[in-house]
Amino acid sequence: MKYVIKGNKHEWEVVIGLEVHCQVISNAKLFSDASAASGGTPNDTVSFIDAGFPGMLPVVNEFCVEQAVKTGLGLNAEINRKSVFARKNYFYADLPQGYQISQYDKPIVGNGYLDIELEDGSAKRIGIERLHLEQDAGKSVHDLLPGKSCIDLNRSGVALMEIVSKPEMSSPYEAGAYMTKMRSIVRWLGTCDGNMDEGSMRCDANVSVRPVGSSELRTRCEVKNVNSIRYLMQAIEYEARRHVDVYENGGSIEQETRLFNPAAKETRTMRGKENANDYRYFPDPDLSFPLTVTEELIERIKSEMPELPDERAARFIKEYGLPKDDAARLVSEMASADYFEKAAQVKGADARKTANLMLVELAAMLTDRKISIENVEIKPEWLGRLTALVEDGTIGLRTAKDLIIMMEDTRRDPDSLIEEKGLRQVSDTAAIEKIIDGIIEANPSEAEGYRAGKEKLMGFFVGQVMKATGGKANPGIINKLLKEKLSK
Amino acid sequence: MNQLTELTIAELSDGFGKKKFSPSEVTKAYIENMAAHREYNAYITETPEEALSAAAEADSRAAGGRRLGKLDGVPLGIKDLFCTKNIRTTAASHILENFIPPYESTVTKKLLDAGAVFLGKTNLDEFAMGGANITSYFGHTVNPNRRKTDNAEVITGGSSGGSAAAVAGKLCAGATGTDTGGSIRQPSSYCGIVGMKPTYGRCSRFGIIAYASSLDQAGPMTRTVEDAAIMLGYMAGFDEKDSTSADTAVPDFTAALNKGVKGMTIGLPKELMEEELNGEISLAWKEGREILEKAGAKFTEISLPNMKYALATYYIIAPAEASSNLARYDGVRFGLRVDGKTLDEMYELTRSAGFGDEVKRRIMIGTYVLSAGYYDAYYLKALEVQKLIRRDYTEAFKTVDAILTPTAPTTAFTVEESKAFDPVTMYLQDAFTVPVNLAGLPGISVPVKTASDGLPIGLHLVGRHFDEETLFSAASVLERR
Repeated sequence: MKYVIKGNKHEWEVVIGLEVHCQVISNAKLFSDASAASGGTPNDTVSFIDAGFPGMLPVVNEFCVEQAVKTGLGLNAEINRKSVFARKNYFYADLPQGYQISQYDKPIVGNGYLDIELEDGSAKRIGIERLHLEQDAGKSVHDLLPGKSCIDLNRSGVALMEIVSKPEMSSPYEAGAYMTKMRSIVRWLGTCDGNMDEGSMRCDANVSVRPVGSSELRTRCEVKNVNSIRYLMQAIEYEARRHVDVYENGGSIEQETRLFNPAAKETRTMRGKENANDYRYFPDPDLSFPLTVTEELIERIKSEMPELPDERAARFIKEYGLPKDDAARLVSEMASADYFEKAAQVKGADARKTANLMLVELAAMLTDRKISIENVEIKPEWLGRLTALVEDGTIGLRTAKDLIIMMEDTRRDPDSLIEEKGLRQVSDTAAIEKIIDGIIEANPSEAEGYRAGKEKLMGFFVGQVMKATGGKANPGIINKLLKEKLSK
Repeated sequence: MNQLTELTIAELSDGFGKKKFSPSEVTKAYIENMAAHREYNAYITETPEEALSAAAEADSRAAGGRRLGKLDGVPLGIKDLFCTKNIRTTAASHILENFIPPYESTVTKKLLDAGAVFLGKTNLDEFAMGGANITSYFGHTVNPNRRKTDNAEVITGGSSGGSAAAVAGKLCAGATGTDTGGSIRQPSSYCGIVGMKPTYGRCSRFGIIAYASSLDQAGPMTRTVEDAAIMLGYMAGFDEKDSTSADTAVPDFTAALNKGVKGMTIGLPKELMEEELNGEISLAWKEGREILEKAGAKFTEISLPNMKYALATYYIIAPAEASSNLARYDGVRFGLRVDGKTLDEMYELTRSAGFGDEVKRRIMIGTYVLSAGYYDAYYLKALEVQKLIRRDYTEAFKTVDAILTPTAPTTAFTVEESKAFDPVTMYLQDAFTVPVNLAGLPGISVPVKTASDGLPIGLHLVGRHFDEETLFSAASVLERR
């Protein structure tokens, strides 16, 4: 299912590469011991290093280096034993040192990849070119005081990972899937919270088009700071279409940086190539270089790596016999995968049915109440127990559904609720028989009708029995007994 | 002349210990000298009140027999490139004219912790860029030595010219300097004092206003080799706040002072011997060799074939780093700001007004050599040549323990002469010292004699990485003649 833009003259395909910026989860900044926490009073978490004061020197935060290595391993990438921090020089009011410490020709992480799933369920491998560490700049606020700009340096010096893909995506969907997967991996690893609304994960897209079948790489445009996956897909769609229109009208695309406007769903020029900065990169002489990553460190991080989403989904399929879709949905977040596994451990809880109960009934309640799996009151053990109780016939599926709501509201386990509310399903054949006899006796004409061939009347009798038993009678037993009695 | 200000650090320490005189008495004597010799323009900021209060504390420690060590109560001058908490730190630049750091540099903190008394902040070339101390926004410094022939005022050399003048002119017992291409050793030679540039990484750079980070190194400037050894002992040491500081143990440098040079092999670079040097400098070099030979050192010729590229290499690497290091002086957060209609205009006006010509020149050179299209031809090439220079020294130190050269190609110029110099003539004054910074090695300048015009001549000893001790041993011999 190839993504093709039909022009008047040609059919075009899209070439997309993504640069993803991830804020590293770390207590302190990349080169200072100031807090990296976001929010708070402006200029509250700024050390003299972050403010670029005279004589101040950066010192690498080893934890941030470990986070980068961990992310690199999660992306199946080469870890460069030696890398170099370089200064990227440019002037801006919220860039205190007059340069950003970044990595240029020697990044900490080299070639890697991640696998995405396409619309038709097939997999595609997207290459990753590099991951490097760099410090964030501060924030300029232009609308707080009339005629003045305000600078907040709280973000200044916060560690970022820039992850650059190869230009190997060919549709907005693939770009969206790549971001979704990247987000899941970094969240899973605990190296970035993946929060796109708050900007702790940002993305720039490099987009170009070419006639279908061609292998050329035409001039690309960089679309900056797209802050949701939906916007990313819209921005690429617009930008690719724009390229096609320009080419088909005999024009040419200039290499430039563009900004996406979500309201208008279009991109516009931010700066052209002629205004591109000459960043004068050179190795930062304040940091002893190269930055060395030892084998011991890599081995230690490897041993601490959690099972990643793909591996875990595969295990869920193999170990628990889950359908592929269910496994994929469960591993979308580490918390839901953990929840499922705990629930499925409960004695008597069938794993497939547990997954189903979780993904249908529990998920419906969560969506309805807008709460996340991390904040749900129902313990995974209770959900597992619920599955077991359905399985052994103690309750019916309808009661189970009701119990999910009750457990959430009361924070109590299913057994005590069943006991207290008398929700146990009646499976005592003698008791049900007695009730059925009474109903048949009370409704002779309906019984007559059924016997004469009006089989639809069976539903009427089942309803009557359920009503008489308060919904607690085992439906299988009711059906079986009714058929026996009515055919006499 | 006050007797107390004639004493060396070692003698002061001894006298304090024996309660012959107190830190306050000595400090007062220095404060008087400072007031009497403002014509040297050695200090940008004098801090007599802080000095007296620190001296009073040292008094009570001395009286109670609780001295912290040899530097306790010793009055020092601090190059105004070291950030000192709550005391104005200018880098001799208009752009930092009113900058008061809220923090203390590691080196000055160590000195304060040792009980030293700071008399004030000494003059320098703006941002340490210069070799004559004539680029200071606060005016040039004047060498306490005058040219005998015409009684002309001469320069101190630079960039640590204020510290050199203060030590030579008895306006402090010792001073801190920094050396990027010769800024401790060359003014020490011109002013007739001892100046030691330790191995790169020996002293922390934290809190020292950066010129060229990969070359900058702090060191002591004193009247005797022994004083330099004492001071360096307190200044040196690993600092986790400076990633380029060396995690190497600091030896007792004073233990090396009386070891002599017997069995030592000292190298003479043949490239320099073949050069036509100033006659008096050449003679002093020869005399220095004889002194050391007489004391038991062996001399041998060595080759430093790439030394001739050192200045060119230095004037690419140092400005490149400086152009980036000085980007933070933008008027946004501290220092001078000249408002403009736009952000870019504010930058232009602030930096145009805030920096002097030499600083602007080096920022432009540095920006140029790092620019796209020139980076490989200049910056990268310079780094390659730097490797060759380092290799030359590594080779040489396989056969010798130290290298002896003059510190500077001439004695000090007059102020008038130096103002007429084009920049390149000025840069050539550092030809003997610059290669040492490029190789990260320790070097010391020791006064050996005065020229016929009465101006001091210093000789320069260079040692292996982290082998300042050999230099102190040899320098002591040279000093004693």
